[in-house]
Amino acid sequence: MSPFLTLLRRDITLCLREGAATGTALGFYLVVVSMMPLGLGPDLNLLSRIAPGILWIGLLLAALLTLPRMFEADAEDGTLDALSMGSLPLELVCLAKAIGHWLTTCIPLCLSAPILGLLLNLDLAAYPALAATLIAGTPAVSLLGSVGAALTLRARKGGVLIALLVLPLYIPTLIFGISAISAVVTPPGSFTSSFLMVTAVSLVSLVIGPIAAAAALRAQMG
Amino acid sequence: MVLSLVAEALSIERGDRLVLEDIGFSVAAGEALLVTGPNGTGKTTLLRTIAGFLKPSSGSLHLLGGDPQHDLSQYCHYAGHLDAVKLRLTVAENLDFWAEYLGGQADKQREALAAFDLTDLADVTAGYLSAGQRRRLGLTRLLSADRSIWLLDEPTVSLDDDSRNRFATLVKSHLAGGGIVIAATHVDLGLPAAKQLHLATSRKAAA
Repeated sequence: MSPFLTLLRRDITLCLREGAATGTALGFYLVVVSMMPLGLGPDLNLLSRIAPGILWIGLLLAALLTLPRMFEADAEDGTLDALSMGSLPLELVCLAKAIGHWLTTCIPLCLSAPILGLLLNLDLAAYPALAATLIAGTPAVSLLGSVGAALTLRARKGGVLIALLVLPLYIPTLIFGISAISAVVTPPGSFTSSFLMVTAVSLVSLVIGPIAAAAALRAQMG
Repeated sequence: MVLSLVAEALSIERGDRLVLEDIGFSVAAGEALLVTGPNGTGKTTLLRTIAGFLKPSSGSLHLLGGDPQHDLSQYCHYAGHLDAVKLRLTVAENLDFWAEYLGGQADKQREALAAFDLTDLADVTAGYLSAGQRRRLGLTRLLSADRSIWLLDEPTVSLDDDSRNRFATLVKSHLAGGGIVIAATHVDLGLPAAKQLHLATSRKAAA
């Protein structure tokens, strides 16, 4: 098996055995979303209008919780040093870590989003659009998140700093993700064009994310 | 086949401090270099520079006889203060991961386990190992893939006498096979023929 797949498989195995990171993110997502109807009152029209926004923002915050550990665990025990000495370029190491994060954190969050949509009276017509934009948009969450995680690797209490660095980068995904869902629920508006923009942001992150994350890691290796 | 590693006029800065200045050495295949010196004189810094984690501020490191397409770091194994052991994986899984990742052969696995007396612990989760056992598991990485240069930073910390002797045997057989060992250590690794590089204490602040 190639070093890339070996690393990816190890990351997924570790995540499944520990389980805490994914569990925390899912729990956080559930709590944040279910607090919304409690805070806003039982106005079903209001809730269904703001549901896509709440589901997206909640997902971004939940994913953010798990970002600090992306490189930290490997840096703490010396694994990152040894990983950087393999034949795999550090850029691909970062890509493997980001894909691992996407599979173990973002996918479970995406799967729970439709269920949480029930709590917010999300319009039935919006479910396919919600699922499509989440799947297409969340790779950017992991890839841009890997840059933030790499930059704050040696920072004490890096968690807050990651939020400041990374959340602004999520804005394009958030805007187009929500506008794609709104286009389906309240025409006019084009689902396709917004959806393509969400996908484009993910593809750009796929190119920039690993390169930037690897550069940030190299600067902190010493 | 790697012939030798040559460092010329190597200076290394960390932060704004010049840690190492004008270091030169040459280690040929089959030779060991022991880096000695009091704490804080840059032994680890030197090893981390050879491993490619740090860039020297001046001077050069050459590998004679290597493939110029590969970085120096791809010829090296670095065993530092941290063991690079994942506590949630079993001993065998840790070993398999590094063998696959570093491009070693899977059939070396049994050999590496036996070499460090870990065969009985193969299916134990690494989190249950003692510090010395964890150290041994970390050192199995040296055997998981064939690489010419071993960079060892205090490799025998928390090893008992028996394990230290086993390790010394491995180092000797690596040298006999044409390998290079560069070790920073305060204890005797049992290598009487090794070259010495003594790092002195006084360091000036970088200009």
